[in-house]
Amino acid sequence: MLEIKNLHVELEEEEKKILKGVDLVLEPGKVHAIMGPNGSGKSTLSYVLSGRDGYEVTDGSATLEGEDLLEMEPEERAAAGLFLAFQYPVEIPGVGNMTFLRTAVNAQRKARGEEELSAGEFLKVVREKAKSFKIDADMLKRPVNVGFSGGEKKRNEILQMAMLEPKMCILDETDSGLDVDAMKLVAQGVNALRDGKRTFLVITHYQRLLDHIKPDVVHIMANGRMITQGGPELALEVENNGYANLLEDA
Amino acid sequence: MALPKIKQDLTDAVLAQPVPEGGSWLTAARDGARARLGGLGMPIRRDEYWKFTNPESWTGAQAFLTASDASTIFDDAEPLTLVFTDGAFDAAASDDLALEGVSIELLSGVAHTDLHWAKGLYGKLEAAANGAERRDGARLFKPVARPMAALNTAMAEEGVLIHATGEVTRPIRISYRSAGGSPQLHHLVKVEEGASVTILEEGMPGAQSNVMMEADVADNGTLHHLRIQGPEQDRATLTNFFARTGTESTLKTFGFTANGSITRNEAVIEITGDNATAHIAGGCLGDNERGSFHHDDTVYITHDAVNCESRQVFKKVLRNGATGVFQGKILVQPHAQKTDGYQISQSLLLDDDSQFLAKPELEIYADDVACSHGSTSGAIDEQALFYLRSRGVSRKEAEDLLTLSFLAEALEEIEDEALAEMVQAKIEDWLRG
Ligand SMILES: Nc1ncnc2c1ncn2[C@@H]1O[C@H](COP(=O)(O)OP(=O)(O)O)[C@@H](O)[C@H]1O
Ligand SMILES: [Mg+2]
Repeated sequence: MLEIKNLHVELEEEEKKILKGVDLVLEPGKVHAIMGPNGSGKSTLSYVLSGRDGYEVTDGSATLEGEDLLEMEPEERAAAGLFLAFQYPVEIPGVGNMTFLRTAVNAQRKARGEEELSAGEFLKVVREKAKSFKIDADMLKRPVNVGFSGGEKKRNEILQMAMLEPKMCILDETDSGLDVDAMKLVAQGVNALRDGKRTFLVITHYQRLLDHIKPDVVHIMANGRMITQGGPELALEVENNGYANLLEDA
Repeated sequence: MALPKIKQDLTDAVLAQPVPEGGSWLTAARDGARARLGGLGMPIRRDEYWKFTNPESWTGAQAFLTASDASTIFDDAEPLTLVFTDGAFDAAASDDLALEGVSIELLSGVAHTDLHWAKGLYGKLEAAANGAERRDGARLFKPVARPMAALNTAMAEEGVLIHATGEVTRPIRISYRSAGGSPQLHHLVKVEEGASVTILEEGMPGAQSNVMMEADVADNGTLHHLRIQGPEQDRATLTNFFARTGTESTLKTFGFTANGSITRNEAVIEITGDNATAHIAGGCLGDNERGSFHHDDTVYITHDAVNCESRQVFKKVLRNGATGVFQGKILVQPHAQKTDGYQISQSLLLDDDSQFLAKPELEIYADDVACSHGSTSGAIDEQALFYLRSRGVSRKEAEDLLTLSFLAEALEEIEDEALAEMVQAKIEDWLRG
């Protein structure tokens, strides 16, 4: 599904190397987890994949189903099926959450040559999905993420994911700052979308989330590279012993 | 005191123009305005209040030739519509002027009627605003010269006279069309105690226009006023809005401009009764293809009563070398305790060539007041732009959405949600080009 080869990335502003040769192959239909100490470059990787400005790719490649992601505009990547649940969802005062969702859904449908959803159809779907993430009518009406609690922002990310039905979902620390109940809702959202074809990349600090979303592969990232990978048991080891041993081995 | 020579020459030239026909009271009002204008002189660039906006755009000889599209922004509100083409009333295109709770007449129709309420309002607020600096007990009056308003009082031949005596359920629309003339219109609005009315203005009055509205809102009265100026490129628009408001009254006025080459909206609001509310808001979308967009809002609100609230909310979207100007003043008289004054002016600069010039002024002589003001200029929020694009929204659509979100605080000042939606829909149209 997603193939990253020897990806090197620097900041555009200063000459700071952040990703130093990332290799990662995500199989269709699988759930991959990335764990790693703060500052490893996990968020940078997710931003570079989704096309945020400010980074310079100095070497390597990233392809989604064989297509060169790095050549595409962010909106083209989204239309191709890539989705990033932000670690820090952005507040947009003055744009209603509902307007935002509908604009996004219809923009993607249009890009794929599909009919736009009518206001009525859209409303029906969004209400139903919102309910399953305990997002009430008020949150749908309010400006995007403005005045939302940390947990509400994260649930709002998952709602967007559920509405957009992407092929490749990246979740960047969607669990951080969530209580157990909110985390279960997020996990539920992910599990509901698991259909054997859709691929997930779950970035997290905690084993906790992975109790609810069973990963197929766990990757450990440190200092701008993937240093090792394994099964779900690797997450348990990190939980118990931290990263020290793994870093030494690498 | 003698006027500077160029001011004097300009003023002499204007005063040499023929005086419009009128009956006794109107002639007297015009004579008064001519005298005021003679004393003040026509505006020149060196005047403090005109340093950001060149008055020659109106006083110069040339009139651009351009035609306006008949605007249809408020059709869905089913307003009672009066059409003015280059300042002349077009009866055939207008509705029947009968409406419950209000009398609607034309200035030309009452010019020879000696007993008319218009006599007590025509030019009166303008004259007060153009008076000399003075004291009345502890109260302080520091008028700023409004020569273009005096010129309007002296020269206007037509206008709508709206006298609301009850709750007027249908909005009254003043719809402008132009084939390139230079009209001066002078509207009067009198809202009696407890009455309420909504007035809509839309379209282009002329290639060069000077339009004035004087509004007297009595105790418990409500006036909602919206003015939408369309996207015609070559248009010099000057508006003067003078209001005096009574106890527990509500005044909300909103203006929005898309393009035009030059626009100056002056507003002078005197809050004279306790517990009153006065809001003025507006914005613009300045993207003149010819790169000559200039948009000026100049506001002066006086708090002359206790426990009143005023808001000034202005949002300007500037692109393609556009200039936005905001001069906003709040004067709080010594006895105007518990005043709640808010003023914000912001610009969204969509390129480096555009500029925003803001001059907020607060003059507060009471001690128990809460007044805040702020002014900012910023570019599109790159984070928000990326967030939207990462959801599949194209750059252009995302920029438009963020532009609308920037304007939202001003649009929220429109009291009636349905009208607000009509304005928003029109702005969306304009954004999409
Ligand atoms: N825009 C930026 N400016 C400066 N430093 C940055 C920027 N983005 C990332 N970094 C740095 O790059 C490294 C990786 O950051 P990040 O990708 O956020 O790591 P992680 O998500 O794994 O915690 C950190 O050292 C961080 O400080
Ligand atoms: Mg991170």
